[in-house]
Amino acid sequence: MDWLNAILQGTLLGGLYALFAAGLSLIFGVMRLVNIAHGDLIVLAAYLGLTVTVGTGLHPLLALILVVPAMGLIGYGLQRGLLNQTIGQDILPPLLVTFGLSVILQNTLLEAYTADPQKLDAGALETASVSLGGLTMGILPLLTFLIAIGVIWGLQWIFYRTALGRAFRAVSDNQEIAQLMGLNRRHIFGLAMALALAVTAVAGILLGIRTSFDPSVGGARLIFGFEAVIIGGLGNLWGTLAGGVILGVAQTVGAKIDPGWQLLAGHLAFLVILAVRPNGLFPRISG
Amino acid sequence: MSDPILKVHGLEAFYDDFQALYGIDMHVDRGEVLAIIGANGAGKTTLMRSISGLMQNGAGQVHFGGQDISARRADEVALRGLAMVPEGRQLFPSLSVWENLMIGAQVGRKGPWNLDTVCELFPILKERADQASTSLSGGQQQMVAIGRALMANPDLILFDEISLGLAPIIIRDIYAALPSIIGEGMSAIIVEQDIGQALAVSGRVYCLQEGRVSLEGSSDRVSREEISRAYFGIE
Repeated sequence: MDWLNAILQGTLLGGLYALFAAGLSLIFGVMRLVNIAHGDLIVLAAYLGLTVTVGTGLHPLLALILVVPAMGLIGYGLQRGLLNQTIGQDILPPLLVTFGLSVILQNTLLEAYTADPQKLDAGALETASVSLGGLTMGILPLLTFLIAIGVIWGLQWIFYRTALGRAFRAVSDNQEIAQLMGLNRRHIFGLAMALALAVTAVAGILLGIRTSFDPSVGGARLIFGFEAVIIGGLGNLWGTLAGGVILGVAQTVGAKIDPGWQLLAGHLAFLVILAVRPNGLFPRISG
Repeated sequence: MSDPILKVHGLEAFYDDFQALYGIDMHVDRGEVLAIIGANGAGKTTLMRSISGLMQNGAGQVHFGGQDISARRADEVALRGLAMVPEGRQLFPSLSVWENLMIGAQVGRKGPWNLDTVCELFPILKERADQASTSLSGGQQQMVAIGRALMANPDLILFDEISLGLAPIIIRDIYAALPSIIGEGMSAIIVEQDIGQALAVSGRVYCLQEGRVSLEGSSDRVSREEISRAYFGIE
């Protein structure tokens, strides 16, 4: 039963990792951009949540009403004002610029909020649990997992059922021909980044409720997100959820064997899958 | 007589240091079908890319519908009513046939073309609507590419090498459909290596040779000798 519990907890943890990864997957899928600052943007969202909850007294989950559109606007501005200028045939400029952005974000957060660990207070939700057939599930991890499914379903719906999603896929397929169809790729990229950072806002708030955070924790979130994207397959959103779950389960099973193995087990699972299936388990984009 | 729908004056285009077009002057009247012929590397596709905004022009002006579009991006030109059927069809592989057609309508221009009228023109597309565009034959893909451009309800449509890589019977079918398309009041430029097809459907013809206009004339009046001279540069 202990092992089953470890797998269950890992699955639920995978929901959070999938949320970390969904934004990465989305922008890679649309514009082939690897955002090194993604983890720091998750932390930025957590800090925005902290500012809103402290300033207004709102519950962190209600703070999403303000933080999600704020991060969406930041995403659109960031893409139109900075990242669009880096996108081209060469993959290096966006990597370097987002690396620089990561450093700037960390230092700005350090100046603004200090290095002291912070946490979002969600009250009873943090400790509430439910028992099911001898297994106990925390309400927060369960809610996080359900939110992850909802977010990924929503993204899939946008991608495959709306005009905006068609535009995302058309621009991703062939930017030049998409422009002939009247699609302004700079605007479309801006909307994709806005959507990615709106998802990041959800990930940041749930991270802030689940654990303490400080300006330096973005790097680890980037790695977890990146691993989930690679395991699931580049550009495949449901694959990203699967990747998050595999990573989460590997970590909790590793911790069950030896608490010191938690992170190592996740990284090993990632390496094994990378060695066996370099394009991930369910790739949408090959090569 | 009304102003031409498209007027090109002194157009030059470059690929880095290589000059591909030298002072091109041309025009397309409203409702007219214009053919542009020329050998490989004559600059036909470059001219189409320059007019449509896909390439930055080195010098010269392009006026479309009375407005200067010389420095406009391709998406801005498309919104003004210029559509293109690109060489090699270039459908969006991750979009179905229906989605490829719908993306053409994204410019939001009103007009006679919609899913129903496009499927009337090419009935096979209705049967294949949900299929991946890449699963279609070359001829069917060309129909999607033409349908996608029509869905924009353009005032001017550019056909770049629509017969390239297709079987003769398919080319015949596609050219048979052209009068129905152009009969809807739009103007067209047909870029072709197949001189016979181009002359048969057009009112006027321009021949390009090494980036310059080497011949301009009425399609039914230019002689075979004139075309040979302009096409190959043989006196």
